[in-house]
Amino acid sequence: MTEQQALYKYCTQLGDNALIQSYRLAEWCSRAPILEEDLALTNMALDMTGRAQLLLQYAGQLAGKGQTEDDLAYRRSEPEYSNSLIMELPDDDFAFTMVRQLLTSTFEYFLYSALTSSTDKTVAAIAAKAVKEAKYHMAHTTDWVIRLGDGTDESSRRTQQALNKLWPYTEELFETDDAHKMLLAAGIAADVNKIKASWSEHINATRTAAKITMPSDDYQHSGGTRGIHTEYLGHILSEMQYLQRAYPDAKW
Amino acid sequence: MVKTNHTRSEIFKLLSAIPDPEIPVVNIQEMGMLRDVIISEEGYNVLLTPTYTGCPAMAQIQHDILALLASEHIAPAKVTLILEPAWTTDWMSEQAKEKLKKYGIAPPLHSSCNQGVFANNTIHCPLCNSANTSLISRFGSTPCKSLYQCNDCKEPFEYFKCH
Repeated sequence: MTEQQALYKYCTQLGDNALIQSYRLAEWCSRAPILEEDLALTNMALDMTGRAQLLLQYAGQLAGKGQTEDDLAYRRSEPEYSNSLIMELPDDDFAFTMVRQLLTSTFEYFLYSALTSSTDKTVAAIAAKAVKEAKYHMAHTTDWVIRLGDGTDESSRRTQQALNKLWPYTEELFETDDAHKMLLAAGIAADVNKIKASWSEHINATRTAAKITMPSDDYQHSGGTRGIHTEYLGHILSEMQYLQRAYPDAKW
Repeated sequence: MVKTNHTRSEIFKLLSAIPDPEIPVVNIQEMGMLRDVIISEEGYNVLLTPTYTGCPAMAQIQHDILALLASEHIAPAKVTLILEPAWTTDWMSEQAKEKLKKYGIAPPLHSSCNQGVFANNTIHCPLCNSANTSLISRFGSTPCKSLYQCNDCKEPFEYFKCH
């Protein structure tokens, strides 16, 4: 694997994480509990779409086959997607969405903070934008998780249920492969071990403030980054890619 | 071969007439989005920097730039999006901030206010200038704005986030 191939893999993975998160967040459009939250969820979805666009555009350039961000988004099938499994899980309720977004946005805030000093100029430039957006997502979801967890009996029960269900998908965020290792040595990728310490600290502090307990089950799922997905990704792609599959090269 | 009968400053002046499609009281130069115009033998290359990664106004702005240049027979022209250095609200001119305030949008504080994740900044009401305001939502009608309310004059208003 050349460094360029490793970087393609890395950027595709970051881009896929943003794209699938965007899809799940956008599903809330017109369905959020209050108007302000409808705006917040779709704003976050828009930030994720923008991030996915930049990362997949760069990945397409690195591959050198003339692929655009749209080709990568609409013309790859599930095994070619490398997002973490946590991104594709369907939303049970508002508490689930907020807990997931807290877990992923906190990870992304520390990840993109580290990537602002990447030796790859494009990665560093994308990170400089993404980190500012991730910070808003992290602050917003932290507030909500505390409010829900330390709220009514029902909101607390649902928040705890969401964390129990999501926790077994968190370890995958910190997985590394050969591409990561090569890029880490070159100063391009971020060191996930360092990110994990900061992430754990913030998640634990938020969990404590929300009066939510740590799930006891320590089983962890894995596979998304290697293209082995849950059944849910296929359903996402069948809807997201429908138009380009049915009418190839259709343009607005 | 391009006839360079349009200077960089002329094109800059021309493009400065293009408003931000979301906040039409300010133009793309005051917003700090219009970075440069490069004139070479290949034509005119307008360097534009995106404000927010997913901001849908970017496509409209690119379209407006190309349409305006075409109407002035400035060709061949293209728009290149540049990511580095990343756009910051610190590039907004004082004039733009004043216009935002008159329009009813609280202008962004300096981006240094943005260092902490949970920074609690005082945002002044653009209508009565009161510092007694509270945050309604971190997200507003566009990615760049938050929703606030003034506790004195009771008016809700938007704040252009520092970025």
